[in-house]
Amino acid sequence: MNEIPLSHLLFVSTALFFIGIFGLFTRRNMITMLMSIELILNSVNINFIVFNKYLYPEKMDGIFFTIFIIAIAAAEAAVAIAIIINLYRSHQSIDVEDAEEMRY
Amino acid sequence: MENNYSYIALIPLLPLAGFLLAGLFGKKYFRRSSGLIATAFLLIATLLSIYAAYYYFFKIGRVDGVYPVVTAFKYTWLRFSENLSIDMGLILDPISVMMMVVITFVSLMVHVFSLWYMKGEERYSTYFSFLGLFTFSMLGLVISTNIFQLYMFWELVGISSYLLIGFYYDRPSAVAAAKKAFIVTRFADLAFLIGILILGFQGETLDFATLIQRLSDTASPQFIRITGASFFGISLFTWALSLVFIGGAGKSAMLPLHIWLPDAMEGPTPVSALIHAATMVVAGVYLVARLFPLYHINHVSQQLVLYVGTASALFAAVIACTQTDIKRILAYSTMSQIGFMMMALGVSGYSEYHGLGYAASLFHLFTHAFFKSLLFLAAGVIIHNIHSNEMRNMGSLRRFLPVTHAVFLIACLAISGVPPFAGFFSKEEILLAAYNSNKIVFGIALFTSGLTAFYMFRLYFSIFWNQPMEFHSKHGEMAASIKVPLLLLAMTTVFGGFIPFGHYISADGARLDTHFHLVFSIAPVVFALAGILMATLLYKNKNGRPDRLASAFAGFYQAAWKKFYFDELYLFITKKIVFPLVGKPAAWIDRHVIDGLMNGIATATGKTSSLIKGLQSGKVQNYTLYFLAGIVTLSVIFIYLWK
Repeated sequence: MNEIPLSHLLFVSTALFFIGIFGLFTRRNMITMLMSIELILNSVNINFIVFNKYLYPEKMDGIFFTIFIIAIAAAEAAVAIAIIINLYRSHQSIDVEDAEEMRY
Repeated sequence: MENNYSYIALIPLLPLAGFLLAGLFGKKYFRRSSGLIATAFLLIATLLSIYAAYYYFFKIGRVDGVYPVVTAFKYTWLRFSENLSIDMGLILDPISVMMMVVITFVSLMVHVFSLWYMKGEERYSTYFSFLGLFTFSMLGLVISTNIFQLYMFWELVGISSYLLIGFYYDRPSAVAAAKKAFIVTRFADLAFLIGILILGFQGETLDFATLIQRLSDTASPQFIRITGASFFGISLFTWALSLVFIGGAGKSAMLPLHIWLPDAMEGPTPVSALIHAATMVVAGVYLVARLFPLYHINHVSQQLVLYVGTASALFAAVIACTQTDIKRILAYSTMSQIGFMMMALGVSGYSEYHGLGYAASLFHLFTHAFFKSLLFLAAGVIIHNIHSNEMRNMGSLRRFLPVTHAVFLIACLAISGVPPFAGFFSKEEILLAAYNSNKIVFGIALFTSGLTAFYMFRLYFSIFWNQPMEFHSKHGEMAASIKVPLLLLAMTTVFGGFIPFGHYISADGARLDTHFHLVFSIAPVVFALAGILMATLLYKNKNGRPDRLASAFAGFYQAAWKKFYFDELYLFITKKIVFPLVGKPAAWIDRHVIDGLMNGIATATGKTSSLIKGLQSGKVQNYTLYFLAGIVTLSVIFIYLWK
């Protein structure tokens, strides 16, 4: 079977990264922003896996890193959702533009 | 020899307890009784110190012909190096024991007198707490084992003097006087501190006994080093001793640092009796006596002590002849008598008969403490009844205040040197010591003692005789708390001179037999009687002679009346030279350079922060943008620019 070239996979991960960044900048809804962050993280995960597979196939470091990142992402999601719930309780909204008191 | 002296520590600590008790709780809980409590504490301290003196001089007595120096206890407080440390301790030797008795006794008399004098005063308890603080620090000063410990108590004495001079703080003149006293003595203390540092650095110790032992041994390495080094052509040893003497001269109101003493009379009169007559102002004499072996081997600094003392004695006596404020006359007389003591130390030798000056000086200190505090307390009675310090408002008071009159007369006779009162014996010894070593000084001293008799009797006649006056005061002098101190002090004034002082206190600690020379004492007594006679002629009855005499010596009289323009000179130096030439540039630098620097930093910070505060927008996505920009920049730097 023909192997998929490395550059294709890197293209996918880069695309995923910039989609995530775009979502983070343009969306005002905090849950969508959280999803964008997950996309960014997953693009990094793809990078790890791909480099592991293509450059050092005999090693497993990249895979371990990926598993760690998934675990941390789960914890981060829990914290983020807790923040969102609290924000909703105090502001009756999860729109970041409604929470702008913390400024000069 | 047993060393069971721990109770000595109680002597200074009891007045301290009185200070704390009256100072912290006096206003609230025992406003009325604070005076009695402080007096009771001091009574115990006095009894203890008299017992200590008895025990020291008679029970233990001499060891190998000299009185031993006992260190009751010693505790290292600050250790700078192997050899140099500041200790806290109690030293017992003849002079410290003698001073302890004088201080506690006079302080007790003043406490008792104040019970009546300060009655009804708004800050009654504060007054007694200050007296306690003073007594504590003065006692601490005389029993210091260490020159730095002495310096600390020296400053404590200064602050309590400041507090008591400014006791009537609602009078601007009292505030000014307190400030003046503090600044002048502080200025002298700076010299003292420098002297201590030189002695400590070169002698490698601050302990009195070790210091004296090292620096009076001409073969010791410390002595060779300190005399070898010189500064402006004068050896460091001379510098150190002269600087220490300047400190002593500031406290003892010697020329030209005397200007604070007459103004210090703004304080309550019993305070003047205690601090500015009997105890604090003789601290300078005590200091020189404490370091006497060093002064004795350093001829230059001893000469300085001699001439400053002599000049102050004469100078103050001349001024005292012209003043009209009775307390100021007494203040100048104090200065003159301290001048006598310094002079005696200046002419004294060290051993045996040559040490007469030393013994005479401390003998005079002893007798002077009693008759001068008696004079001040008597003046306190007069001022309390007349409500004026001015001699012109007084006259014929002998009819109304008989007890005061009697004790005042006794004290005047004593200070004039009329036998058999205490002052005669001590002054005669001083004159004899001066005669043996320096005839010019002797001449000045003889003339000054005549002047002393003249101005004291001028004061006496002006208060108790002279013009008639109407007396309508309800205070009188009936209270026991006035009579007891006056009569006790009068007794010491009458009998104090018969103590064979040289037996107990002498420069080398050995017994010094002072012989009474009938022929020699003719001259001083004649001078004293001449002074008294002149005062009688001029002031006993009101007549025109004083005014005619004053106009005959118009220029000189004016100068003496204006205290030889010393205050004006100091004001000129400070206002015309120090303030514009030093103060103003310093203030300009402070305001424009130092403050300008600080203000500039503050302004720059404020400007910068108002420029960048827009970044703190509160919008989450802005922050994300900054974050991304940062990451991109760092990536660019690390990937492309970092080699």
